[in-house]
Amino acid sequence: MADGCVVVGTGQAGFEVAASLREAGYEEPIALVGEEPHLPYQRPPLSKGFVLDTQGMDEVELRPDAFYRDHRIDLVPGERVTAIDRAARRVRLASGGELAFQSLVLAVGAHNRGLPVDGAELDGVVYLRTLDESIALKQRLAASAQVVVIGGGFIGLEVAASACVLGKAVTVLEAQPRLMPRVVAPRISEFYRELHAAKGVTIVCEAAVAEIEGYGGRVRAVRLSGGASYPADLVVVGIGVAPNVEVAQTAGLPVSNGIAVDEHLQTADPAIYAVGDCAEHPNAFAGRRVRLESVQNAADQARCVAASIAGRRAPYTALPWFWTDQFDVRLQMAGLSQGYDSIVTRGNPGTRKFSVFYFRGPQLVAVDSINRPADHIVARRLLSAHVGVTPEQAGDESVDLRKLR
Amino acid sequence: MPTVNYILPTGETRTVDVAPGTTLMTAAVKHGVEGIIGECGGVCMCATCHVYVNEEFLDKLPPIKDTEEAVLEVTNAERLPNSRLSCQIKMTAELDGLTVQIPTSQR
Repeated sequence: MADGCVVVGTGQAGFEVAASLREAGYEEPIALVGEEPHLPYQRPPLSKGFVLDTQGMDEVELRPDAFYRDHRIDLVPGERVTAIDRAARRVRLASGGELAFQSLVLAVGAHNRGLPVDGAELDGVVYLRTLDESIALKQRLAASAQVVVIGGGFIGLEVAASACVLGKAVTVLEAQPRLMPRVVAPRISEFYRELHAAKGVTIVCEAAVAEIEGYGGRVRAVRLSGGASYPADLVVVGIGVAPNVEVAQTAGLPVSNGIAVDEHLQTADPAIYAVGDCAEHPNAFAGRRVRLESVQNAADQARCVAASIAGRRAPYTALPWFWTDQFDVRLQMAGLSQGYDSIVTRGNPGTRKFSVFYFRGPQLVAVDSINRPADHIVARRLLSAHVGVTPEQAGDESVDLRKLR
Repeated sequence: MPTVNYILPTGETRTVDVAPGTTLMTAAVKHGVEGIIGECGGVCMCATCHVYVNEEFLDKLPPIKDTEEAVLEVTNAERLPNSRLSCQIKMTAELDGLTVQIPTSQR
């Protein structure tokens, strides 16, 4: 098949590369190749609205079938890229064919980390990343009463909240001393512990899972190393992901915690880019190389690369932001808080509406907002534009942050 | 089925049947109405489904909640008194014939 751009991966990042290339006026052929059988879809609803049946399949799909035809995007679902021949500028497909490229974008995502304990292979132990896994989870939930979630990060807690809303008895087992420990301040972890507890979810921190116990091949309980055992007819494992680096690595491209790219999201081979969950990139807001898993990161990196390929090359500089919805509470995060040394709270946590401002020295590095969307939006602007905010201003609600320049 | 008229940045009008309960953003995306993106999936995070609503329908719309109000502050095209996020407007029989103008840029 013809040259042009080959995009590997049909998640949010891959979709957005293809769509943005056309938006940018790119006229060459575009192939969008992915392993999953579905039209490209959004992942955020898979742990929330989709399992709760408040969002249907057609709301989860990013675009209808006709979009790809209308925009001359050759969507190739159910297909895996097995190798990149860099010298010949071709990718090899599992089905036997090859695709030639002028530009190649790896939007190959990540895969769930498996739980390395006995019993992890039992029937009733499930993971969640794909649409098919979400469909399976929905069916499993309907037939379950006691759900144990292993992992108190975003995915685990969102699944726990959904299962709780569906009337299940839910226990969350988190290995660290607090929830979402890598991404939020203890104050926010504590808020979420209380939120879940108030809804009836049992939260167990410092929980080292020793074994998943079964009976007749079916999961029956999760046992901790301390001996405590939690009965379960469904176990959902959400202990993080690892980037899909194999194809890049085999092609001789540098990888570390992801496919290594520069500030233009180019790999060591300038014709090959990587974006989204799989891309380890230099991030000015982190002050180091990072790999981020979010809609924002996927979409903004995709647009950056699409612009480059279409002839408007610019470095990637977008501010990272994230959100999670659990029960009726929304947490919105702007910036990257890792490495902060002080925090200031704006608003009263008792009202369930407050923001935490993270500082590294005198510099504001991130803002987490709980049910305070205006704080989040203004934080995005302040952080993107590197506007100075003092801890005093952050904590003083009489200061209108929107007026800071 | 009730219909919505989307006026594209080019001036062309696209008339789309929208089932009650479906948001104006989802309907636009499903019918390939250019200029409405809905990057965050309709959860008030991204400001890429901004529209200007025909004045005569303004008071028939659901009120603007905090989340929408915040995002309307950062639309790429200028916010006007009739600015709304189309992901926050669910179709109803009463909104039959609604006309919205799509701004020239969303991001």
